[in-house]
Amino acid sequence: MEIDPFIFRLSIFILSMFIGYYVVWSVTPSLHTPLMSVTNAISSVIIVGAIIAALAGSSENIFDNANIFGFLAIILAAVNIFGGFLVTQRMLAMYKKKKKDK
Amino acid sequence: MSANLLAVFYLISGILFILALRGLSSPETSRQGNLFGIIGMAIAIGVTFLSVGNFSTGFLYVLGFLVIGGSIGAFIAYKIPMTAMPELVAGFHSLVGLAAVFVAISAFLNPEVFNLGLPGNIKISSLIEMSLGVAIGAITFTGSIIAFLKLRGIMSGSPITFTGQNYLNLSLGLILFGLIFYLCKTQIDTWFWTIIVISFLVGVLLIIPIGGADMPVVISMLNSYSGWAAAGIGFTLENTALIITGALVGSSGAILSYIMCKGMNRSFFNVILGGFGGTDQSQSKTDKEQKPVKSGNADDAAFLMKNASSVIIVPGYGMAVAQAQHALREMVDALKKNGVKVTYAIHPVAGRMPGHMNVLLAEANVPYDEVFELEEINNDFANCDVVYVIGANDVTNPVAKTDPQSPIYGMPILDVEKSKSILFVKRSLSPGYAGIDNDLFYKDNTLMLFADAKKMTEDIIKSL
Repeated sequence: MEIDPFIFRLSIFILSMFIGYYVVWSVTPSLHTPLMSVTNAISSVIIVGAIIAALAGSSENIFDNANIFGFLAIILAAVNIFGGFLVTQRMLAMYKKKKKDK
Repeated sequence: MSANLLAVFYLISGILFILALRGLSSPETSRQGNLFGIIGMAIAIGVTFLSVGNFSTGFLYVLGFLVIGGSIGAFIAYKIPMTAMPELVAGFHSLVGLAAVFVAISAFLNPEVFNLGLPGNIKISSLIEMSLGVAIGAITFTGSIIAFLKLRGIMSGSPITFTGQNYLNLSLGLILFGLIFYLCKTQIDTWFWTIIVISFLVGVLLIIPIGGADMPVVISMLNSYSGWAAAGIGFTLENTALIITGALVGSSGAILSYIMCKGMNRSFFNVILGGFGGTDQSQSKTDKEQKPVKSGNADDAAFLMKNASSVIIVPGYGMAVAQAQHALREMVDALKKNGVKVTYAIHPVAGRMPGHMNVLLAEANVPYDEVFELEEINNDFANCDVVYVIGANDVTNPVAKTDPQSPIYGMPILDVEKSKSILFVKRSLSPGYAGIDNDLFYKDNTLMLFADAKKMTEDIIKSL
């Protein structure tokens, strides 16, 4: 009997949900906004699918109708990746401790 | 690059994403966490390029589009004011949703590239994963657009309801499942396009009945959806990084929704079914004008606070609207020079998204160790001389504890009423979002400061 590879992926998925559950509960409430923007950025890893889709097929016909959706998805995901990580960076840089000399 | 090696690299980026979230457990480690996230993303993109291994003209186009999108994103990230964070996050969610839809469409049109079979003969399991991904992605897209429009003020924040709304949503949901079933059975592409169109519609219908102040729940929920959409696509493309990330983001959004609902003492379904805080405020309006209210000016407020030994600041959405955070911090600096101890109290649902107030205060250079969450600070109100409520209302309303009839009964509130005196900065006596009157306005030790939050705070600084 052989195990379907789907079951392995499902296991990864379920275990990751548990990891997510514990990790997110440990996030301090004051950082909930950066949490949202960074999860936004990382969910744009969907760009890997977009890249594969965009580069599929022959090189003569780059903007074939299946590829074009890949290219569109690349733009959208790239906006999110750069926008998401940079805005998170900008926010996190603002969180400062009380200065000792006060 | 071999498929196995590729999978290992995707696993590594998945782990780096976990570390990125882990870093957010404290502000000190958070910046490093963000760096882990960036490295994880770079690895995922880099190995995908290597795996395709086709460095032709197409590759240059991909790089070009990446740069275009990236520059737009970077430009937005640097330009956006912190007060517009909720809209930005909603806007970004819509992009993830649409990207998921596009990837699913290209997988459907060109399945052999992803080893899913041939057009018209796609593996059933892939088809199910794909259609779930595309449906959730499409719902996330239009739902987030509506949330964006509401947060931006382009669309009214008041709930839009009509009779039979919930039945309509329910039947559309059932139709979606039916369509997915038929798509798998027949492989006819019409069903696939219909799934997308109906999901777009469901996204709109789901969010329009939800009012402005319930937006923290909506944003968290859409955050969660964008994760599930990514996971659905991850299963289709058999990509570990995407599956791990989808699960992380999905559970993150779900937890945030739960925290937000708990902050309002409402069930998730109560929020989603919407209509809360609508227009039926008529009964509360009639008897309220008669009650006496003490109102004061900036000098009174400055005098009270200067002579206090401890002051607690309670910010709310009004502070964000008035952009009063910088003025507020200057006022606090002036108070501190007078030897007053000042802390900030933040309710979980203050503002329009989780952690909204914290970001604004951080932007105004307020040290994060002066800012406290509800449970941490609630006992301090009894020992505090003055509470300065700026732009918050319902989250301080004692009726949540006393009146079981009230719509906000049971909601955890900041115990502002226990303080010796209360300063309320507000433009008018109008009730808050929940449409109910706040008894605090009429208390003997409450001084109402009727003005714009920013202007009043600036005036107080002058008289300090």
